[in-house]
This record gives sequence, structure tokens and C-alpha cells, in this order.
Amino acid sequence: MPATSLASGFPSAAARFDVARVRAEFPILATRVHGKPLVYLDNAATTQKPRAVLDAVLGYYTTENANIHRGVHYLSQQATEAYEGAREKVARFLNAASAREIIFVRGATEGINLVAQSYGRSVVRPGDEILVTGMEHHSNIVPWQLLAEQTGVVLRVAPLTDAGELDVAAFERLLGERTRLVSVVHLSNALGTVNPIRRITAAAHRRGIPVLVDGAQSAPHLAVDVRALDCDFFVFSGHKLFGPTGIGVLYGREALLDRMPPWQGGGDMISSVTFERSTWAGLPAKFEAGTPHIAGAVGLGAAVDWLSRIGLDAVAAHEDELLRYAAAEVGRIPGVTLIGTAPERASILSFALDGVHAHDIGQVLDLEGVAIRAGHHCAQPVMQRFGVAATARASFALYNTRAEVDALVAGLFKVKQLFAQ
Amino acid sequence: MTGTSALYQDVILEHNRAPRNFRRMDDADRHAEGRNPLCGDQITVWLKLDGDVIADVSFEGSGCAISRASASLMTAAVKGKTRPEVQRLFQRFHEVVTGKPAGDGRREELGKLAVFSGISSFPVRVKCATLSWHALNAALEQGVELVSTE
Repeated sequence: MPATSLASGFPSAAARFDVARVRAEFPILATRVHGKPLVYLDNAATTQKPRAVLDAVLGYYTTENANIHRGVHYLSQQATEAYEGAREKVARFLNAASAREIIFVRGATEGINLVAQSYGRSVVRPGDEILVTGMEHHSNIVPWQLLAEQTGVVLRVAPLTDAGELDVAAFERLLGERTRLVSVVHLSNALGTVNPIRRITAAAHRRGIPVLVDGAQSAPHLAVDVRALDCDFFVFSGHKLFGPTGIGVLYGREALLDRMPPWQGGGDMISSVTFERSTWAGLPAKFEAGTPHIAGAVGLGAAVDWLSRIGLDAVAAHEDELLRYAAAEVGRIPGVTLIGTAPERASILSFALDGVHAHDIGQVLDLEGVAIRAGHHCAQPVMQRFGVAATARASFALYNTRAEVDALVAGLFKVKQLFAQ
Repeated sequence: MTGTSALYQDVILEHNRAPRNFRRMDDADRHAEGRNPLCGDQITVWLKLDGDVIADVSFEGSGCAISRASASLMTAAVKGKTRPEVQRLFQRFHEVVTGKPAGDGRREELGKLAVFSGISSFPVRVKCATLSWHALNAALEQGVELVSTE
């Protein structure tokens, strides 16, 4: 698979993984916070950017900047090649069948909204159903609620087990005659659970139901092959994958995208326009009205190339080792409860500490230089399911180390000391 | 004083551990709920009024140490005060936690509440410190039963 072939061509990708060398590529990791070395464990919110990405964005603006797809002049051609080149890189990264299946959007959120408004509005009738899971981010709940208000479609929710896994049997029972789309998170941002996507797509496809996979958290951590997953749509955000903010990707099966109407109108997405009627451009332009975030796409292209060079198999192995270590070390602190204990999980450690609110944990850790997230993680239904108002969440990326886990644990002991009953 | 100790002063930690007037009041004249949707904090304030005077006040809810200690210290500070006195106190408190210069002995008016002056260096926590005050204010302005910091 392209995403990992560069790494897996060599023996023992994980053994070659050199975290010190990776860290050296991220200038921001040298930051000191409140006089302490930055320990950045908020990667599920956004990741830091390597020099390869920073250089690509600066290089684009320095030497190639122009508007795309319309200029006959030299720079416009350069910019167009850079932008379309990024699309090719993303297509390879996801193992899409064609670059026409890659739509640039602002992020995973916009990708889901696009599918809801274009595919959803053209397909659903009142009483039809959209099926999601109980571990979705708000970005995979609210677009469907908007669609429900517009069309009368009904949002159904598959339940979770106490460990934070999808209850697959209950999920399969919810697939029905009226289900028009399944939209499911790949890797839960609040629990770290990795969902069994192949099983989900197989069950849905048996009934002819397409599946959207929210890959905002998975794409930076797990090798993604959209054809192996057999999903119909896949979305992710550039900024969570070491790329710029404001750029993301919607992958869609070409046959589906072809049938879908545009969702925004404007320049670049038309074939011809008169005041009487307009006709749409082909893929992917049909879904990219207006001047896109060209520099962002270029930066994202650099990010997926950079990540592919390291190899997602090596990344996943490093992060898995780190998460196991962190779960063990944090989990044995007296008073800590881990939220989300599914056997299949990645990169995310969500927890509560008896008698201390998550925000106070986050605040005290910040003063130790340790950046984590405290709150509901835009997944309030997950918080309600587990009976907590908020959790503290440490989320890892390929540049994190065991020493940083140790700093987190030392910080948590300071929290306990400060708030001792 | 910097860092942890500027924010989490002993008085705050102590009120977080053992909040005063932390109970539901079944015979309250008024009550209001304050919510901070960003962090899910929620506090309900109950009031018993004797004319214009706050005869009794209590609170319940869940939140961080700052919001809990602030609610606790607030109930202790406003009991027995008149509505205009409470509103003036809230104004002074708001000035101090948002880092507005407090001249003319205004800080002295705050008494124990001055322990929250360190919050001004932590702008995202100002809403935690003022949540209970907004709920109290809403309870005083009868008819408002739910306030949000957003």
C-alpha cells in the first residue's frame, strides 16, 4: 500500500524509528513553557508541523503563488501543478483509485457537511435513517441533525459497551430498510477506541448502504487504505496530520461523487454559466467552488509525503508502545479512572482523577509545561454515556517519548498533592 | 507569587475541599442555574430574600476548583447584604478577576474574595470564577432561571 510501502520495503520499520530525529524536525518542540520544556500531549486537537511542511508552504508563497486552473501564465501553471500534485499525493496516501476521488475541503467537519448536504439531501426522504455510533464527535452528529431538520430524516445511534467499544451486534440490528447512510468514527477522539471498519462496511454493504468514515483521528496514526476498508466516503483534517489548518480531504467513491449534486456554487465548479442555467464541472472541481486553500493543499501534500517516508506502520508501532506505557503508568496512580478501555485503541488516553476537575488537572499540568486537553472534547454524548462532565485527555503523536509520559505522571502527582483531601 | 500558587491559593483550595452553603434549598424564594457550555460546569444558586436583603443563600453543582471555591466564598460574602450592595460587590469582583486597575481601596471592599485576583493572569478561567455570580445575579433579577457564560 502506498502509505507504508516506503517504510515496509525495509526490514523492521519500527526498529528504524528514531524519535529524536523526528523531534528535531519540529521547531516548536524546543519551546519552553513557564520555564519548563514543552511536553505537547494535545495532538488529538492539533499536531505540530515539521520543517518539510513549513518549508513547503513558505516555498509555495515565495516561488509559485498564483491562482489556479485559469491562468495561461507561468505562475498559474506552477500553482496548478502544485495544487493538483498535492491531490495526487493524498490519493496515494489513502490508496484511492483516482485523484478525482479526492476533494479538498476545510477539514473533516466540512467534508461531513458536504456529504450531508449533497448526498444526504439528494437521497433521503422523511422517515429515512442515518446511523451513527454513540462515540461520535459533534462534527458527525450536528450535520445530520441539520439534515434531519431540512428533510425529516431520523438520526439513529448505535450504543457503546462499558469499555467504550461499539456494540457491533446492536449496530447491525439498527441497519434497516430505511437506513440511507452509516457515518462512523474510525478512531474515537474521546475514548481512543478503534472501530472495526471492515466489519461495519461489510454489514452495511450487504444491505446496499454506503458508509462514511470520520478519519480525523485515525489518518495521522494508522495506515489508511480506503479500498481495503471498503468505505464509500472518508474524511480527515490536514492540521491533525502535521499539515496546515484550514485544509482537509473528503474521499468519495467516484461513482457516488459523480451522482451527487454540488453543494456550493461559484467559480471553478462550473462547465458553463448563463443566467438561465449552469452546468457543472466534472470531479473533483464540481465540489471545489471558489479559490481553494492552495497553500494549505501544498502543505498537506508535503505532510502526507513526510509521513509516508517515515511510514505509518512504524508510527503506529511507536505510538502503540507509548500508549501502553502511558495507560499503565497513569492507570496505576491512585484515584485515576481511565475512560475508554477498549482492547483496540490508539493514541488517546482519556481519564478522570477522583475529586479533581479535569480543568484543574489541565491547569496544573500546564504550569509544569505539559499540554493536555480538559473538557468534553466536542463529544458530550460520550461524556454522558460514561457519567462524567469532562475528562482529561493526553493524546500522542509520533514525536512523543516515554520521558514525556513520565513528565505527565510527575505532573499528575503534583495535581494530587495540591488537591489532597 | 507565580504559577500554581498564584491561582490555587490556600483559601481557594480549602473552600473547594469544604464548600460553605453547599446544599439544595427547598424553601428558596428564587433560584437560578449557571452553565458554562465550554467546559460543562453547572451551578445552581438558591436565595431567600427578606425584603431587599439576602437572608439565606446556597448553591450546588459541579465544576472546577475555581468555580466551586468562588461559589462558596460568594455565598459567605453576600449573606445579609442588600441587593445594591451585592451588585456593587459583583462589579468590584469582576474588575479584579479581569485585571482592571482597582484603585480607591476597591480591592479592600472585596475582603476574602480578593484571593481571586490571581485569576486575571489566566483569562480562560475568569468564566469559572464568575459563573456563580452570574447565577446569583440572574436569581436576583427574577424570571431568569438559566444563564450561560457564552
